[in-house]
Amino acid sequence: MAAYLARRILSLIPLLIGITFVSFVVIQAAPGSPVELMVDMNPDASPELRERLEQYWGLDQPTHVQYWRWLRRIAIGDFGVSFAADQRPVLDKVAEALPITLLLNALSLALILLMSIPIGVYSATHRHSTIDRFATVFVFLGFAMPTFWLALLCMMFFGVELGWLPISGLQSLDYEGMSTLGRIGDRARHLILPVTIASVTSLAGMSRYMRSSMLEVVRQDYITTARAKGLSERTVIYRHALRNALLPVVTILGLSVPGLIGGAVIFETIFAIPGMGRLFYDSVMMRDYQVVMGVLVMGAVLTLLGNLLADVMYVIVDPRLRR
Amino acid sequence: MRARAMVGRSNLATRLRSALLCGSILLSACNDRGTDGSTSPAGVDDVEPAYGDAIVSGSIGDASVLIPMLAGDSASHSISGLIFDGLISYDKNLSEFEPRLAERWEVSADGLEITFHLRRDARWQDGQPFTARDVEFAFRTITDPATLTAYAEDYRQVERFDVVDDHTIRVRYARPFAPALGSWASSLIVLPRHLLEGKPINEHAKDFGRNPVGIGPFRFESWESQKQITLRSNHDYYRGRPYIERSITRVIPDTQTQFLELKAGGLDEMGLTPLQFQRQTDTAYFRDGFARYKYLTNSYSYLGYNLSRPLFQDVRVRRAIAHAIDKREIVDAVLLGLGSPAATPYKPGTYWINEKIEGPAYDPGKARALLEEAGWRDGDGDGVLDREGQKLAFEIITNKGNEQREKAATVIERRLSEVGIKVTIKVIEWAAFINNFIDKRNFDAVILGWSLSPDPDQYDIWHSSKTRPKEFNFVSYSNAEVDEVLDKGRRTFDRAERKLQYDRLQEILDEEQPYTFLYVAYALPIVHKRFHGIDPAPAGISHNFNAWYVPASAQKYRISETP
Repeated sequence: MAAYLARRILSLIPLLIGITFVSFVVIQAAPGSPVELMVDMNPDASPELRERLEQYWGLDQPTHVQYWRWLRRIAIGDFGVSFAADQRPVLDKVAEALPITLLLNALSLALILLMSIPIGVYSATHRHSTIDRFATVFVFLGFAMPTFWLALLCMMFFGVELGWLPISGLQSLDYEGMSTLGRIGDRARHLILPVTIASVTSLAGMSRYMRSSMLEVVRQDYITTARAKGLSERTVIYRHALRNALLPVVTILGLSVPGLIGGAVIFETIFAIPGMGRLFYDSVMMRDYQVVMGVLVMGAVLTLLGNLLADVMYVIVDPRLRR
Repeated sequence: MRARAMVGRSNLATRLRSALLCGSILLSACNDRGTDGSTSPAGVDDVEPAYGDAIVSGSIGDASVLIPMLAGDSASHSISGLIFDGLISYDKNLSEFEPRLAERWEVSADGLEITFHLRRDARWQDGQPFTARDVEFAFRTITDPATLTAYAEDYRQVERFDVVDDHTIRVRYARPFAPALGSWASSLIVLPRHLLEGKPINEHAKDFGRNPVGIGPFRFESWESQKQITLRSNHDYYRGRPYIERSITRVIPDTQTQFLELKAGGLDEMGLTPLQFQRQTDTAYFRDGFARYKYLTNSYSYLGYNLSRPLFQDVRVRRAIAHAIDKREIVDAVLLGLGSPAATPYKPGTYWINEKIEGPAYDPGKARALLEEAGWRDGDGDGVLDREGQKLAFEIITNKGNEQREKAATVIERRLSEVGIKVTIKVIEWAAFINNFIDKRNFDAVILGWSLSPDPDQYDIWHSSKTRPKEFNFVSYSNAEVDEVLDKGRRTFDRAERKLQYDRLQEILDEEQPYTFLYVAYALPIVHKRFHGIDPAPAGISHNFNAWYVPASAQKYRISETP
């Protein structure tokens, strides 16, 4: 097992280098550079400033030299500083955005599961009933509705008309003066709308999956056996069918783990939430190569580790793979 | 600062760039015609001024660094403008200067020397006295080639900088340079030497730049990245303590969200879009609770012709196009009427505009006549004019993300088709737009905008020497007389004499139409009615922000007196 792990981890390194190299070249190939976006069309900026900035950031070097420098720094864990005027370390920027995105995504994922499993099970056990049809329409409505539109409607209704919930941001103005409990409550109130909307708009996939998986399972012989034994319908469905029907859902759940760090630009913009989506998008637009590469590397590492983890799990489960 | 001419790409910023151009109206230096503000707060002066309360403003982007000379975005400048102060300042009409850290100043008779006499009672926010050494330090820093600033050019014109005594400085120019005075009306040029000396300013971006100690009406209090920046009033401010105790700028990238926050009480102030102004705020709720203002921004949009293309070398063709465009219609369609058609590159209502110029009137008949005179006829009867087998067709490009420009292009396309000119429109992402089209002169016509400072110098845009790559006369305009008036305009401090030069510049541009000037949009700020003392002026509404107050009975945010 240890040898297998070591082999796998070693094989990840060239893969990671390949990913970063391709990313680096592609970003540099996009028209414009961070310096140009700063000084273009600004008559106050002299050509000398352009040159100085390029030297300062090392952008006057050929791409392969820049990449080599970057790679050497990244190897010792130095992600560099942002090309933006604030010159803050990339890691600081990511460290600000990541927890927000993680929290939001984890909460929405939990809410999706919480809602889609009951919906799926009920729809499967009461196939073609009114409630099944209603649930189908509901989840697909959520799926089809543009997030920004639903968000604005909810902000208008719950924030402006009823005044129940805050509209945007993650905390109130007087957050600093609150007690710990007050702070938690304030955070929670701010999270209700974004988390609910993110969940409702992605209910469809998970609940339909749950429904079909459940339908598949109840057709199996062992369910018939359970029924023949005279078990109550409740026991049959929740003790015997549900557990088996959940397996494929858990697989999907595993696959969505790397997605936890990915943010959604439009969503974050509407709710004024400074998460990973906006950080990445703004960096791309400003050609802030350092931040773009930083985020990409973290994403790549997480994805590769996720895959590794999945493989290791398979190995543990299936001894035939352990050769 | 003399951000003389920046491309107005605020809409691009709205969509694409967090840290460029304004959302916060505070101190966005601009604007005109405050007097025709649509509503003014009821009973401005009949309530007693009181200290306290907070104002919460919305900004579409976060600031980047609060050292003015290192910042390039307007969010940073509008906030650092409250923390720092200039030696002098433009008055609210943007025409004369008034004292700030310099209590008086003299320009020598030959226009080569300016002497500033500094105040003795000004103190940095950490209690240290302000002296001539602080100005000298900032001057040396901004002109240091190693400093990564876009604002050095004006200060590089200074030949000698002398500290006469602790409270007097004298600058000497090699040639008279009229825009110079404007460069001292800027918070760029005063920095606390005692806190910054000994380390390159670029490296201060991370510490001092995120926790500055200034000398202006507000002190920095806290900054939560991408969320909000809080300033506290400076009780020791040399011009008197501002009434409003806290100024909070919230980063809300989406203007619709800002609007909902305004409605729900989460914001006190924001800049409205024309749609919000015309259709969404004309309700009893907003009339009772808010005051709306409108005044012209300091940027104009234009249609520029690539004059190195043979088609546009004929002035008759350019004039014909100008006559075929209905500017009023563009203002109505693009800005819902909230703007003014433009005829020259100077802002309507200011000292520098040549009032006599009205621009080519909308007159399709005249456009057709001019084109016929230039030899363009519809020979094959397909509705598009031609000459020697060549169609009268060209392409207008503009940058993606600015909806107003895209709409203006569409309106122009239709009007030009009516006189037999075939126009195609191409909308391109900003970086590619600049690199592949503007820099390579690879375009027929372009719709863009310029933002202007109060100083009338427009050397960089029109002078024939400014046509090299990355320079700003990218339409390749060349006119010997224009070169001459631009040069003369820079070399005298006499306002009347300068006006003569720039009046002539406007006449020539009107005659030759290297650009067809399209429109100047209104700024549309809305402010909660509990704020009193707002005085709309050509400079906007924030020029007297220190004097805004909330009567004690109407204060919303209670704040402890000591920080």
